[in-house]
Amino acid sequence: MELLMSVVVGVFFMVGTYLLMTRSLIRVVIGINLLSHATHLLLLTMAGLKTGAPPLLNRGETEFSDPLPQALILTAIVISFGITAFTLVLAYRTYKVNKTDDLDQLRGSHDE
Amino acid sequence: MSLMHWAILLPFIFAIFVPILYKYIRPVHTGWFVLIIPTVLFLYFLPYISSIANGETFYEAVPWVPSLGIDFAAFLDGWSLLFVLLITGIGALVVLYSIYYLDKKHEAIHNFYVYLLLFMGAMLGVVLSDNLIVLYVFWELTSLSSTLLISYWFQRDASIAGAQKSLNITVFGGFAMLAGFALLYVITGTFSIQEMIGQADVVINHELFLPTMILILLGAFTKSAQFPFHIWLPDAMEAPTPVSAYLHSATMVKAGIYLVARFTPVFGGAPEWFWVISGFGLFTLLWGSLSAIRQKDLKGLLAYSTISQLGMVMCLLGLGSAALYFDEANELYTVAILAAVFHLFNHATFKGSLFMCAGIVDHETGTRDIRSLGGLMLVMPATATISLIGAASMAGLPPFNGFLSKEHFFMAITDATQYGIFNMETAGMLFPVIGWVASVFTFVYCCIFFFKTFAGPFNADRFAKTVHEAPVGMLISPAILGLIVITVGLFPNLLSQSIIEPSMASILNGLPMDNEAFAVDIEHWHGFSAELFMTIGVIAFGSLIYVSMGKWKELSIYKKSEDVFSPLYDSSISGLIKGSQKITNVQMTGRLRDYFAYISVFFLIVVGWTMIRYDAFAIDLQYISEVNSFEVALVVLLLVSVLSLPFIQQRVAAIVMLGFIGFLIALFFVNLRSADLALTQLLIETVLVILFMLAFYHLPELRKETKRLTFNWTNALISFGVGLMVTLVAFSAFTFGQENDFSPISEYYIENSADLAGGYNMVNVVLVDFRGLDTVLEVLVLGIAALAVIAVIRLKLKEGDDV
Repeated sequence: MELLMSVVVGVFFMVGTYLLMTRSLIRVVIGINLLSHATHLLLLTMAGLKTGAPPLLNRGETEFSDPLPQALILTAIVISFGITAFTLVLAYRTYKVNKTDDLDQLRGSHDE
Repeated sequence: MSLMHWAILLPFIFAIFVPILYKYIRPVHTGWFVLIIPTVLFLYFLPYISSIANGETFYEAVPWVPSLGIDFAAFLDGWSLLFVLLITGIGALVVLYSIYYLDKKHEAIHNFYVYLLLFMGAMLGVVLSDNLIVLYVFWELTSLSSTLLISYWFQRDASIAGAQKSLNITVFGGFAMLAGFALLYVITGTFSIQEMIGQADVVINHELFLPTMILILLGAFTKSAQFPFHIWLPDAMEAPTPVSAYLHSATMVKAGIYLVARFTPVFGGAPEWFWVISGFGLFTLLWGSLSAIRQKDLKGLLAYSTISQLGMVMCLLGLGSAALYFDEANELYTVAILAAVFHLFNHATFKGSLFMCAGIVDHETGTRDIRSLGGLMLVMPATATISLIGAASMAGLPPFNGFLSKEHFFMAITDATQYGIFNMETAGMLFPVIGWVASVFTFVYCCIFFFKTFAGPFNADRFAKTVHEAPVGMLISPAILGLIVITVGLFPNLLSQSIIEPSMASILNGLPMDNEAFAVDIEHWHGFSAELFMTIGVIAFGSLIYVSMGKWKELSIYKKSEDVFSPLYDSSISGLIKGSQKITNVQMTGRLRDYFAYISVFFLIVVGWTMIRYDAFAIDLQYISEVNSFEVALVVLLLVSVLSLPFIQQRVAAIVMLGFIGFLIALFFVNLRSADLALTQLLIETVLVILFMLAFYHLPELRKETKRLTFNWTNALISFGVGLMVTLVAFSAFTFGQENDFSPISEYYIENSADLAGGYNMVNVVLVDFRGLDTVLEVLVLGIAALAVIAVIRLKLKEGDDV
């Protein structure tokens, strides 16, 4: 499972990186979003998967999956939402002002 | 903290109060308050002469960074004391002179005095520090304050250019010197100069000896304006004349000399040290005197003469280091050090007074160009007399002090041919020849300085102002220096035991002396010796050359006054700027994707190299958990949707696909026993899709791609590399963790969640209890993001406003 997840993470990073290098601003935003997904999965994978039950104490289990990466990822999901929302609004605003979201055309505008 | 430390810090502390005094006590020239500082310091250090002459030294250390061996250590011996007295004594005279030179109504004198005090403190720090790192800090402070003083009249382009040049050159040397200090630390394991002297044998025989020596000498040579780094000094003459007299002739430019002499006990005796210092010094002596003759500006002439005289002292220090090779205090070798110390003192006195006189001429006539000056002898008799004394001393005429040190210089360079080491019996013949030729030219430029300014017919129409003698206050300082020139000239042995012998003892530290002092006996009359005939020759040939000036001043080499190395410096600076602009233009394309490509490639190289270097790739399948068919299906679905993203033309479709991927990940979280993550992911993904759709609702045109998507192979390759690297790193990290069987930090949370926090959902307990502060800050971040979103949407720009 870990090997499979590593490949998934790698593919996410690949597509995310590729999208970041395209000329459309919206795709850059999508790329950032993919990269944060990939990072969450990476954190989870590195800790080892399927080591036990959900981290709930009152169900009589003794082996749990690691709660700490989960707590970290939970924070990260929320923060990455904030970042995506903000970049999206920036892209929106850029488009409204410059009438284009092509990064090549934005280059050299007076707001650059 | 001893009194000596406070003495170093006093100018810095007082500098803080200068602007206040300037602002609130306007009727009194601020210089009067500043004058107190060097005077007090001079009087404080003066009584040390007697105990230092008895062979005592003073050492006081305050720990600064003890773990790195850095102490604020003050060390006072004969050589430091000479400098301290020059700094404070001439400092006091210069401040007095500046009170009349700088007008309190029209000049920003508070800046001037702050910089000057900064310099004074820094320079005291340089000559009193025993610890190399502390010395380096003060050393750079002198460069900095010198730059500030040169650019004091910052409205003038020439001042700024001169200041930049001096900063570039001296700080370059300073950096080199710091590297040299670091190497010395590697060799000796200490930053203390006095401790290094004890390890002189280790230093000279170490394999790093040569680079260390060259780096330290780079610092000394740039500071002391030795060829070919001398070019900054003539341009530094843009500074107000008190500064030129103080920093650029009497004290700061001698810091390099100070350092070379300070390190003579460490490096001395090595042939490289001997040849590099005496060779560069000798050539600088010749080059400076030849260039000085070509100058039309009085201060330019004095600047080149300073370069020349510094070269002479440097050369003498190089020759004198031979004494440490023989390890005996034979007068044959020590006379060079005697001449160096004596001439250093004499130069400070006569050059200081000459600079002040040049400043007076400039101040009263409005020009410093020798082609328009002339005939001032009768108009400014006092200035002319002081100048005559200074110039005669510089030319080496009896009975002034310059004559005595020049005689010793001749004695030292003729003796040098008899050393019998380092090929001195053959190549060493150049020393007396070049030294003598340079002295002839020294005589000539002294003549030019005096006669072109003061002799000849006086024509009042040539000057923009009505020319008259300077006010008495302005004449006091140069007159005092002139008196010292005469007194020392007539009674040289006033200095011999009090100043010169202790200085020699510091420079030639470690010679077996049997507790005897160096023989220092300075006489006017040596009999009909070689030195006397050399002096007579200098006067004869020098006069001949000066008298025939009418013939050779038409030569083209005379007409150009600029140093040949200045254009070289200018073009290399502009080449540096152009070259960096070219490189910047190539890499800074202004395209986000290029920058991101750089980052990705750099990431690949650094991470890949590190992983290979430490053999960190660990692929081992024995630790992985099992996979069921549901998970395989999920992974396939996820991969297909992610890989399709770059190929979707419709933007709305791409957004929908992104939402789909988000929900799939939520499913993964469920499968991987992380219920809280799944909940959060579902919530966030829903909100995000709504947000994207809202943006598109308001901007319908944004829905379609404007251009057809093209597939870029370079980017694809880079992305593939990044993906592969992340996969390998991720799996290696997992394997590494399993192989080494680390116990996870979460053991603590598992054991304590229920007991300490009373919660059963460990993830929640970690978030809101154990790491509660993090969560609060996270909320803060989200709040900021929300505010920013609103601000960006609501912000209304007028036409032409910048964002």
